[in-house]
Amino acid sequence: MLLKAEGIRKAYGGRTVLHGASLEVAEGETIVVIGPSGSGKTTLLRCLNWLETPDAGTVSLRGETIGRDASGRLLPESVLARQRSRIGFVFQRFNLFAHLSALDNVAIGPQRVLGLSRDAARERARAELDRVHLATHVDKRPSQLSGGQQQRVAIARALAMKPELILFDEPTSALDPELVTEVVDVMRELAQARMTMVAVTHEMRFARAAADRVVFMDEGAVVETGSPDRIFDAPAQDRTKRFLAHLHE
Amino acid sequence: MIFDWALVQKSLPLLATGWVTTVKICSAAMVIGVVLGAGLGLMSLSRLAPARWFVTAYVDFIRGTPLLIQIFLVYFALPVIGINLPEFWAGVIALGLNAAGFIAEIVRAGVGSIEKGQAEAARSIGMRHGQILVHVLLPQSLRAVVPPTTNELITLVKGSALLSVISVYELTRAGQAIIAVHFAPFEIFLLIALYYYATVSALAWLSRWLERRLPTW
Repeated sequence: MLLKAEGIRKAYGGRTVLHGASLEVAEGETIVVIGPSGSGKTTLLRCLNWLETPDAGTVSLRGETIGRDASGRLLPESVLARQRSRIGFVFQRFNLFAHLSALDNVAIGPQRVLGLSRDAARERARAELDRVHLATHVDKRPSQLSGGQQQRVAIARALAMKPELILFDEPTSALDPELVTEVVDVMRELAQARMTMVAVTHEMRFARAAADRVVFMDEGAVVETGSPDRIFDAPAQDRTKRFLAHLHE
Repeated sequence: MIFDWALVQKSLPLLATGWVTTVKICSAAMVIGVVLGAGLGLMSLSRLAPARWFVTAYVDFIRGTPLLIQIFLVYFALPVIGINLPEFWAGVIALGLNAAGFIAEIVRAGVGSIEKGQAEAARSIGMRHGQILVHVLLPQSLRAVVPPTTNELITLVKGSALLSVISVYELTRAGQAIIAVHFAPFEIFLLIALYYYATVSALAWLSRWLERRLPTW
């Protein structure tokens, strides 16, 4: 198993958001996580690369526990940072570095984290921007790009770290409807290239077309998991049925 | 009331001597204030709690006590613990320490005003706390930090008038010396005011020039 999350619990103040959620991701797999808002999808995703520290449970990447050592103590920041660099993350609101060009947004990780030379990092950044069809926009600042273009730069930024998997947190939710397709197309190309991906998304067409497995979450736990056809056409759980019925209204 | 133009003419070069001292003291104090202030500001963003507490206590003290008292403390209290400073340097240090407290707070607030997603994105690609500060947060906070910092430096220049109380022969003290001899307080204080006003205006102009050259995004 490439990534394994077991019994992840997370509470904010007195409110428990995750009640022991578990997820397994195999190499090359595309997983789409669906569920009602407030079901803990985003929190689970953020716990996978420890942007949020889980209160309990473990996440492991190729058998290596993230964030804690064998006796459960928190790892030093340097070790956690290196682990995070192996997991890409694409944010709902892009979070591109506002002061840097598209090229430098993508190059900064390889240069500062992976230790590539400035030239090598920029060369890699060019290649990744080309991969998301933005070769002609390398010198633009985020504010000069459309939402769809910004999100593709963000995907290139994640790709440039050569991550072992990429997590997508509602990557199209902040986009104008006409810009959704260009981002979904890039994600489909990545799925076809067997990039391992976990995507929290409401794009059901993407889920149908690209997902190997769909995970339905509700009230802070995984309710059921299956192939897109199985989940969408023959959900086993009532809660899944109700959610899908709402979706088709 | 008779305005003594002859005295005004005679005083201009005398005051200019004091003004040069004011500029020297303020320049040196600005260097201390900006360097120490930036350092303390970064410390207040450190992951080490004791470092943050130290800065909080320091800023509280600077903000909570009058500059005049801080000047006296540096000038009169330091000799008690064996540090004897000439007035000039006592003045530089007092003004510098004072400005550093306020600039630390400006830097802390400036970095804190950067949207949370910027640091999260940096963490997601594996950057460490220090790298995030240097490569992501500080460059973006420049625009928020420069205007209040120049404000603080203007306050420093005006505050330097208080150094006359520890006999630093700066602009205000030079004027007081003339007044003591010729007893023409109105003319001289007006001249002193003009000197300060011109100095502060030049600083304000410099600040606007710098702000225009800061990148926008």
